[in-house]
Amino acid sequence: MAESHVTRHSKGPVTYLLRAFAIVYLLLLVAWPVALVVTHTFDNGLESLRAVFADPDTVHALRLSAFAAVVATAINTVFGVGVSLLLVRSEFPGKRLLSALLDLPLSISPIVVGLALVLVYGGRTGWFGPTLESGGLKIIFSTPGIILATAFVSLPLVIREVVPTLREIGIEQEQAALSLGASTWQTFWRITLPSVKWAVVYGVVLTLARSLGEFGAVKVVSGNVLGETRTATLAVEEKYLNFNASEAYAIAFLLASVSVVAIAIVSILRSREKRISS
Amino acid sequence: MATVAPDLRRSPTRPLSTLGVRSGIGLGITLLWFSLLVLIPLSAIIVTTTEGGWANFWRTVTTDQTAHAIRLTVTAALVVTLINAVAGTVIAWVLVRDRFPGKALLELIIDIPFALPTIVAGLVLLSLYGNDSPLGLHLANSSASVYLAFLFVTLPFAVRMVQPVLEELDLDVEEAAASLGASRYVTFRRVILPSLAPAIAAGAALSFARAIGEYGSLVLLSGNLPFKSEVASVRILSAIENDNPAGAASIATLLLLVSLTVIVVLDIVQRKVASRG
Repeated sequence: MAESHVTRHSKGPVTYLLRAFAIVYLLLLVAWPVALVVTHTFDNGLESLRAVFADPDTVHALRLSAFAAVVATAINTVFGVGVSLLLVRSEFPGKRLLSALLDLPLSISPIVVGLALVLVYGGRTGWFGPTLESGGLKIIFSTPGIILATAFVSLPLVIREVVPTLREIGIEQEQAALSLGASTWQTFWRITLPSVKWAVVYGVVLTLARSLGEFGAVKVVSGNVLGETRTATLAVEEKYLNFNASEAYAIAFLLASVSVVAIAIVSILRSREKRISS
Repeated sequence: MATVAPDLRRSPTRPLSTLGVRSGIGLGITLLWFSLLVLIPLSAIIVTTTEGGWANFWRTVTTDQTAHAIRLTVTAALVVTLINAVAGTVIAWVLVRDRFPGKALLELIIDIPFALPTIVAGLVLLSLYGNDSPLGLHLANSSASVYLAFLFVTLPFAVRMVQPVLEELDLDVEEAAASLGASRYVTFRRVILPSLAPAIAAGAALSFARAIGEYGSLVLLSGNLPFKSEVASVRILSAIENDNPAGAASIATLLLLVSLTVIVVLDIVQRKVASRG
């Protein structure tokens, strides 16, 4: 439909002016700086990437980031699909409020997220922290805290993808399945989930990218202990501040590649879906 | 990044609650997890602030260094939000109405700031605007770097809010206006802008909330110099590190209040859009 819009208008000087503005703006703000990081990474060929993988502490940081991201994404996916079903398919008091609150994590400073978690789960003075630690569960300055912080910041992403799709597909098919004797569970797995499959995939990819790159919240809750609770993003800061810019660029390059590939996948899938549906 | 304008208004014929036993349990577990992860921790911030007392709150947020950081953060967030409202609309316009080779690449570039880890965003900006700048711009460690970082991280919000609305816009109305003798400017001002206004406002609100709490992209770029390039979230972090949770919570409460205001505004705008459509 976008195509038909364009062809009806003749292109005046304003069109070209706006186009030039958009291109120059995005080039200066995003494209050029990102390209420079890529070239900096390969200034010495593959040397800095090799150095990254030769350093056991950095490898540990990368692994920890990946682990926390995967666990947080798994939690948010189950939670997100469940919440979306509740929001779209049922009525309960306070639904509007819940829906508004679910977006909250996107508008809160990562540092505030970290602080909030420390105040509740901190081992010394937190509300639940001391009790949990005496029960053997250390959350702050440990991996569970990193997972909580990561899950917090990326919480709404799956919901934001699934809710509109769920609303769009309607309930006819589900009702048909139920009336033909399928159980709620069967209906969910055979009808509902397959029809929101792509929305879930987008949500998961975006959540994974966001989780992998979380920095501020993780910095507050992790304690940033080398080889233990230092994540990949914290390692970038550490390396850069310790005048090891080449390794900082290399880790940054790895993280950036994952996120750029993630959004590329989503946008390719999306434009394909659009073409099929139109 | 898709944005959701959930139409949750209850139709009068529908019952207050349609929860079965199983969805009831589901809702219970959902709320428990959401409370443990988000609601209880956020209320802990409010409670800690209140325990510290009004005097402590006021003293914390009016200390010279903190007050300066808050002023810089709010000013920069406002300026950047304004720039985004204009630049975001222009970019969305170009993406929807214009056609040229490489447009798909621009679509991808717009989402990069959203997906890029913030610490990497800082490093990325340093490569073009830092001390080794190929442009000869040395913005690192200056207050200008705060504006730059905010512009980078908030880029997708306005564009992605305006774009879908622009795609849905009925071209017949514009053509009618034009055939009745309206100039392109008048058509834009009187026909297009009013339909875009809610989306622009919503995108602006998101940009503002994001900017006001930004931290990661500034760490390497701004140098966090007191009275120069230090922002509010850095003050919170120093308070945490100095074992001053009440002080940290005070600044955080201020930021939370701002975020909440923004969400309420966003919600009102979305409802207005929904009721119009």
